[in-house]
Amino acid sequence: MAQNMKAIKQRIKSVENTKQITKAMELVASSKLKKATDRIIKARPFFEILKEALDDIAKNNKDFTSPFCTHNKDLGVCHIVIAGDRGLAGGYNNNLFKTVDFKENDIIFPIGKKAIEFFEHKKANIYTDVYNVTEDISVSDCHTIGKELSKAYLDKKFGAIKIYYTKFVNVLTQVPQTDDILPIIYDGEEKNQKQSLIIYEPSYETVFEMIVPQYISGIVYGASKESLASELSARRNAMQSANKNADEMINTLNLSYNRARQAAITQEITEIVAGAQN
Amino acid sequence: MNKFKLQIVTPDGLVFDDEVENIILRTINGDVGILANHADYVASLEIGKARVKQDGKYREASCNGGTLTVTDGKVRVIAFSFEWADEIDMQRALDAKKRAEDAISKKNSDYDVTRAKIKLKRALSRINVAQK
Repeated sequence: MAQNMKAIKQRIKSVENTKQITKAMELVASSKLKKATDRIIKARPFFEILKEALDDIAKNNKDFTSPFCTHNKDLGVCHIVIAGDRGLAGGYNNNLFKTVDFKENDIIFPIGKKAIEFFEHKKANIYTDVYNVTEDISVSDCHTIGKELSKAYLDKKFGAIKIYYTKFVNVLTQVPQTDDILPIIYDGEEKNQKQSLIIYEPSYETVFEMIVPQYISGIVYGASKESLASELSARRNAMQSANKNADEMINTLNLSYNRARQAAITQEITEIVAGAQN
Repeated sequence: MNKFKLQIVTPDGLVFDDEVENIILRTINGDVGILANHADYVASLEIGKARVKQDGKYREASCNGGTLTVTDGKVRVIAFSFEWADEIDMQRALDAKKRAEDAISKKNSDYDVTRAKIKLKRALSRINVAQK
C-alpha cells in the first residue's frame, strides 16, 4: 500500500509540473495576444483599403497588357503559407496546412518555422527558408518579399500568387483563409465599360510596377499579423484546456491518494487490534 | 469649396479619414493637386511634402512613397509612412540624415549606397516639413 501511495504522489507532482509549464505558456500567450490584437486593429485599415483600391482598379481596368492582369495557366502557383513558429497551439498549424493544395510544379513560400518544416517534409519546392520567425516579420521584410515576388512573377517563375493565413475573428475563433494576390483580375459582376477610364501617371506599366510590390507587401504584412494573433489565441486556448485537464487529473489523483492512505491506516489499525487481542 | 472624402493609410493604421477640400502630393512626375470631382486616377508617389486643405487651412506632412488612387470621387493615399509636421521627431530625422550621409561617404556597395540615398531623402523630407 505504501508503494502505491508513493507512486500516486509522484504522479501528482509530475502533473503539477506540467501544469506549471502550460500555465506559464498561457500567461505568455495572453500578454502577447493583447499587443498582437492592437497591431491588427491598426494594420487592418491599410490592408482593407489597399485591397479595395486594387479591386476598384481591377474593376475599371480594361487594359490587359500588363502581365500582372493576365493569368498564365501554364505556370505553377506560388503559395505563401504563413504558419507559426512553435507547436502546442492546438490545431492551429495543421488546420492551415490542410487547406494548402499544391501541385508538383508549384512553389511554396513558407513563413514561420512550422511551415518550413512541414513543406520540407513534404518535399515541396521551397522558395526561401529565410523567414522562419513569424513574430519578427517587419514592414521592411514584407517590402523585400513584395519586391522579390513581383520580380519573380515577371520573370515567369510562377503564374499566380496565393496566400494562406489564419484570420483572427476573435479570441475563440480563428479561420484558415486563402486569398488570391496575383494576377489582379476582377471576377465579380462586370461593369459595362468599353474602355479603361482611369488615368495612370506616369504610365500604366510604371504604376503597376510600383503598386504591385506594395500590394504584395501590404497583404503579407497584414496576413502575418493576423496569423500571429491567431496563433497566440489558439495557443492560449489550448493551454487553457490543458490547465483544466491537469486540474481534473490532480483532483482524481488526490482522491485515490486519500483513499489509499485511508486504506493503509485502516489496515494498520486492524493489525494492531488483532495483535492486542492475541 | 467642394469637398471630397480622403483616406490616408499606412501599415501603422488609418492616419486620416475625413472630408477635405484639396490635397497636394508629390508624385513621380511632380506635385499633383486633387480637387473634388477628379477623374479616376492612379499615380505613384515620391518621398516628399504633402499638403491637405481642410476648412480653408493647409496642414503639412511628410509622405514617404506609396500610391494615390482616385476612384468614384474617393481619394485614397496608401503610403509607407505619413507623418504630420507636428508629429515628426526632429532629432530622429537629424540622426537618420547623419547616418545616411556617413553610409554614402563610405561607398560600400551600390546596394548600400542606394538604400542610404533613399534614407537620406526621407530624412530630408521630414526635416523640411518639420522646420516650417
